[in-house]
Amino acid sequence: MSAGTSNPMQSHQSAAAATHQPLLSVRGVKTYYGNIIALKGVDMDVNEGEIVTLIGANGAGKSTLMMTIFGNPRAREGTITYAGRDITKMPTHDIARLSIAQSPEGRRIFPRMTVFENLQMGASINGLAHFDQDLERVCTLFPRLKERLQQRGGTLSGGEQQMLAIARALMSRPKLLLLDEPSLGLAPLIVKQIFTIIKELNEKDGMTVFLVEQNAYHALKLAHRGYVMVTGNITLSGTGKELLENPQVRAAYLEGGHH
Amino acid sequence: MDIFVQQLINGLTLGSIYGLIAIGYTMVFGIIGMVNFAHGDVFMLSAFIALIFFLILTTWLGISSVALALLIVLVIAMVLTSLWGWAIERIAYRPLRGSFRLAPLISAIGVSIFLSNFVQVAQGARNKPTPPMIRDVIVLFQGENGYNVALSYKQIIIMATTAVLLTIFWYLVQKTSLGRAQRACEQDRKMAALLGINVDRTISLTFVIGAALAAVAGTLYLLNYGVVSFNDGFVPGVKAFTAAVLGGIGSLPGAVLGGLIIGLIETFWSAYFSIEYKDVAAFSILAIVLIFMPSGILGRPEVEKV
Ligand SMILES: Nc1ncnc2c1ncn2[C@@H]1O[C@H](COP(=O)(O)OP(=O)(O)O)[C@@H](O)[C@H]1O
Ligand SMILES: [Mg+2]
Repeated sequence: MSAGTSNPMQSHQSAAAATHQPLLSVRGVKTYYGNIIALKGVDMDVNEGEIVTLIGANGAGKSTLMMTIFGNPRAREGTITYAGRDITKMPTHDIARLSIAQSPEGRRIFPRMTVFENLQMGASINGLAHFDQDLERVCTLFPRLKERLQQRGGTLSGGEQQMLAIARALMSRPKLLLLDEPSLGLAPLIVKQIFTIIKELNEKDGMTVFLVEQNAYHALKLAHRGYVMVTGNITLSGTGKELLENPQVRAAYLEGGHH
Repeated sequence: MDIFVQQLINGLTLGSIYGLIAIGYTMVFGIIGMVNFAHGDVFMLSAFIALIFFLILTTWLGISSVALALLIVLVIAMVLTSLWGWAIERIAYRPLRGSFRLAPLISAIGVSIFLSNFVQVAQGARNKPTPPMIRDVIVLFQGENGYNVALSYKQIIIMATTAVLLTIFWYLVQKTSLGRAQRACEQDRKMAALLGINVDRTISLTFVIGAALAAVAGTLYLLNYGVVSFNDGFVPGVKAFTAAVLGGIGSLPGAVLGGLIIGLIETFWSAYFSIEYKDVAAFSILAIVLIFMPSGILGRPEVEKV
């Protein structure tokens, strides 16, 4: 269904190559839940200006990686660097202040706060400095939220909650945006909208995006590069196009998936 | 009618004090899911702080205006009790976060015992009276049989102080970024941290606010009864906790409402039935309400779409 969208890969590949070190770099990261290992030594990079996607089956460890980047749970081994700084042991709230934002798994909207207050929370790190301006911007991106600013977060529909989760993340003006399964449980039309917005943020605002998806087809179409995760290991990586054409990827994540 | 009005006034006065203490229970429960058993003793401690500073101000420093002395005492009690609240969380609860669920609860009981023993050793076991502070009353009307329905200055001060401080507190929690961070941590600590909120500091803030309001209650309690003892933390503490549960634990308006209801039940029961059984009455009503409304009057149901 998104056959009409052109692949922006080429133009961005060169931009990414121009930066010498990756914006986010994960090296040999192992994460445990108690004694159970969830990430078994993950290596991956996100370069400035890229959309990078991570695909994998349910329970592979994708969300764990997203949260490990934020130090909750903390990596037991390995290092995570962001913009040249080692953030492996940094407190979660300090990582958030480095202009990384996350729309986490399950959206995690504050249910008893209004949409407006949820957005205010998103702008916490810069003390609401350019709140009005940013509010207007996210309301333009998601007109549905504008009509519901005084509604409580817990009463929104799934799609609206997803929009709010992304909008809230945008309120901190992040350089790197982490999105954990933004399409989960949403109607195809809304999924399409959300993917269009991600693309726009990347192309117009130069935002770097790290996208976790089960919806492999759409994610790989959109992304410049991708990684495949299987039970806590990265098993494959390549450009979006390469992965889309890879027979293993096709067999495991694409056949019968979309249309 | 006359007795009814009089008891209504008395009940609301007492209920204000319970409500102020109940907020501390309900906020701490809301944010870390723990019943802070030491909170009643923090209240008792604040009443002692108020007593000591009232005596220092009036007898040593010779401040003759009771109103001025009370105002200064209130501020000092709030500041010092907040420090206690902050220190208790830092020393006795924070190291146990992430431990098994009962650990902080047991620690809280320990803090409660420590505080009442500390005050007993430092101040002695006997009741400590203050000189009567404010005696004036306004006679509202004369009832049948020459019974005067009166509103004392004390009661006016207690209700007005409660109303003013609750308004300030409400504004703080609803409208400021500190309050917003506090509510965010209450609803989803993990998410709040992802947005750059320092969760530990917010939890400290919650204890500080709870202790400050307990200090208001302690000062007003002293003003009302003119006497305090080292074990005065227990019964008012349990009643305030009851108020928090009755109103719906986690709900701030619920805490205040619960406090007023418990205060009213207690005074009306004493007036019309028997003073011995007033506590039984309060707790029985709690039991009955909880059977029909398990999450309290203004509490939210357990299951919730997130
Ligand atoms: N909070 C947790 N406690 C214990 N195990 C967890 C927790 N969260 C995830 N896991 C386990 O870690 C593994 C990876 O989970 P997750 O990162 O959520 O996978 P994905 O996002 O790829 O579906 C799974 O086996 C899951 O059961
Ligand atoms: Mg997941």
